[in-house]
Amino acid sequence: MSEVNKEGTKKTIGTIVSDLTRPIKNHKGFTIWILFLLTVMGVGMMAYVDQLANGLGVTAMRDYISWGLYISSFIFFIATALVGMLISAVLGLIGIKWITPIARIAEMIALGFAMWAGLIIIFDMGRPDRALNLFIHGRLQSPILWDVTVVTTYIAISVLLYLLPLIPDMPFLKKAMTDQAKWKQKIYKILSFGFEGRPEQYKSVKKLIRILAILIIPVALAIHTVTSWLFALTPRVGWDSTIFGPYYVTGAFVAGGAAVMIAMFVLSRNYNLKDYITDFHFDKMGKLLVLLMLVYFYFNINEYIVPGYKMKAGDDHHILGLFTGHYAKMFWTVQLGGLIIPIILLLFRRMRKPLPSLFIGIAVIIGAFFKRYIITIPTLVHPHLPIQNVPEEFHSYWPNAWEWAITMMAIAGAVLIITILAKLFPIIPIWEIAHEEGITNEEMNKYVEES
Amino acid sequence: MKEKKNPEKKSGKKSTSRRDFLKKGLLAGAGTVLAGGVVGSFNAFAQNGEKIKVLGSDGKVMTVDKSHLQEIGLKTEEEMQVAGREGIPGKKWVMVIDLGKCKNARLCMASCQHAHELKPEQHHINVLRMDRGGDTAPFFMPKPCQHCDNPPCTKVCPVDATFKRQDGIVLIDNERCIGCRFCIAACPYSARIFNWSDPKDKEKYEDVEYNIELNVPQKKGTVSKCLFSADRLREGKLPYCVSACPNGVYWFGDANEDAVTNGTTKETVPFKKLLKDNAAYTLLPELGTKPSVYYLPEKDRLFPFEYEGKSDLEDKHHS
Repeated sequence: MSEVNKEGTKKTIGTIVSDLTRPIKNHKGFTIWILFLLTVMGVGMMAYVDQLANGLGVTAMRDYISWGLYISSFIFFIATALVGMLISAVLGLIGIKWITPIARIAEMIALGFAMWAGLIIIFDMGRPDRALNLFIHGRLQSPILWDVTVVTTYIAISVLLYLLPLIPDMPFLKKAMTDQAKWKQKIYKILSFGFEGRPEQYKSVKKLIRILAILIIPVALAIHTVTSWLFALTPRVGWDSTIFGPYYVTGAFVAGGAAVMIAMFVLSRNYNLKDYITDFHFDKMGKLLVLLMLVYFYFNINEYIVPGYKMKAGDDHHILGLFTGHYAKMFWTVQLGGLIIPIILLLFRRMRKPLPSLFIGIAVIIGAFFKRYIITIPTLVHPHLPIQNVPEEFHSYWPNAWEWAITMMAIAGAVLIITILAKLFPIIPIWEIAHEEGITNEEMNKYVEES
Repeated sequence: MKEKKNPEKKSGKKSTSRRDFLKKGLLAGAGTVLAGGVVGSFNAFAQNGEKIKVLGSDGKVMTVDKSHLQEIGLKTEEEMQVAGREGIPGKKWVMVIDLGKCKNARLCMASCQHAHELKPEQHHINVLRMDRGGDTAPFFMPKPCQHCDNPPCTKVCPVDATFKRQDGIVLIDNERCIGCRFCIAACPYSARIFNWSDPKDKEKYEDVEYNIELNVPQKKGTVSKCLFSADRLREGKLPYCVSACPNGVYWFGDANEDAVTNGTTKETVPFKKLLKDNAAYTLLPELGTKPSVYYLPEKDRLFPFEYEGKSDLEDKHHS
């Protein structure tokens, strides 16, 4: 059943539409899944309300380790969101064909995680009530201002990059979803923007997608480079690095690639779309992830071996803490389990099958999450001057229940956005699949018109 | 409107040792407070344009130079904000800390915490036990904000809540701070603290107007830091920590005047000469932060070194 797209039986536009819209109509377990996500978010919300009332003191953060899980999760979210740009923009622009059925999935991940990245930053603020000061008193010299600017730009372009390729799907949805709720049909009507499948309409949609795909590349590079500068622009051991920009960007693609892999498996199995997201796609995605991880591995060598070789005074504490000290367990688990072993495994064809891919993807994304923790916290534990005359809990840090609850709320929130999008719109672009199957615009229009 | 933070007028006492240190402070003495509203009545004592007689609250009449008097209208919070952000014109405040003298009395820490309404674990100034390792004895090092001339903290602030004034002081405006803690992350000297929960005596300070030069009342969710006692400097007095030290550790003054005064002995010496004669240094000079706080070397170390009731000979490890 693999490689159906390549040489298998031709699909008609009718089967494509019914295959891709079926999961939107009936989907077992959807309510339970939504309830589960909402419960997780509810617990997080309670923790956040308590944090609002009593201050950031409810977290485990203190004066010296003053950034914790929120900031490291923020980088993780931004990182994961970057995959939208890689797959739909970079690979799309250079004409890679196999991304067609997964480009929209990547874009959904980008949207969900980018939006919640913005919220996590607010959770980390001591005075969220003063967030508007960023606009009233905004200071252009501060990397936070750059971050706010590029994150919002990235979200805006990502929304457009999600919506534009949806437009040609709308006529099919209007036709296929007549039995659905009125508000849904209204959404489909609005989002079609009067699209009727005319050749010039296809042409302008494609042109707009192309422009946005080009635009999003510098924005995406900026977003994660600036995020890395939140650290690299400070004179702190472990952050004071000139390669942080590319180090973060390449790491981001690893996290996002793993997220796409997991989503490919869950969605294709759950939505019964194995004919569209096939072993062939998992194989390609596995190869792509190996490439991304090798590049990231290269940057890791530079980031850790270079200072580790010199052991400059100051750097030595930090490096030894990671290599053999307090953070050694987490550091090596992340490096081996989240990077080196997955690289080796994915070199084998059998490991690029769907199920092994899922497990490797999960290992890589958990590794990516804790890698951000390793980048953020150990540096703060070793400031230039000793930590003294403060209570014991000021000396070390491990996120407490409040921080985990709020971070889980963010993860659940991002997954909720993806879930809702997957429930409202097809996760695979109907018109692009149809084009790949050699179905002409006229055939599609004819299909839409006949009742 | 409060008069709480108005500059206080003082009767002169200790002007002998200073050339013109803290111009407005020539009138400084021990706790003679004339409320701001009384200032107008000074003119009644005017003899000629040069000298003027003032009545101190202790009943003594003193003659002072008229040029040393200044109008002190009751300042609104807004005016305090503007003045606080500008700084004191023509000044460049510097501090010299003589590490050979520090015996860990910690009166600097106590007076600072008292003035700025800090909790016991919150330090604008922190006396650190430093250990250079090897055969050297440890020593004590008071560490206030270094008030860098190239401050990593103010650069990163997204809302201009922390800023450097023309007189070299780095302040924090806790009416504007959004609590992102980027400045804490950026400071290599760990000089900044955060109000993780309600500040000390929150109820007591509920209606008190914010004084940016004292950073009181403290506010939950905002950053706080050493201010070089900007409020005291405006009154012509030495910072809280400097005045509180019993061991002559601190020198404080104006680099433009090239003069610093010892907080304990009140002796005034040329600033540059003090640095040069004693081989002064700054902390982490390789970072290029250009601190306004200088250290005189840690000579005359205490040996055996006693710390928290234990001799260094028994307890070799440091925290």
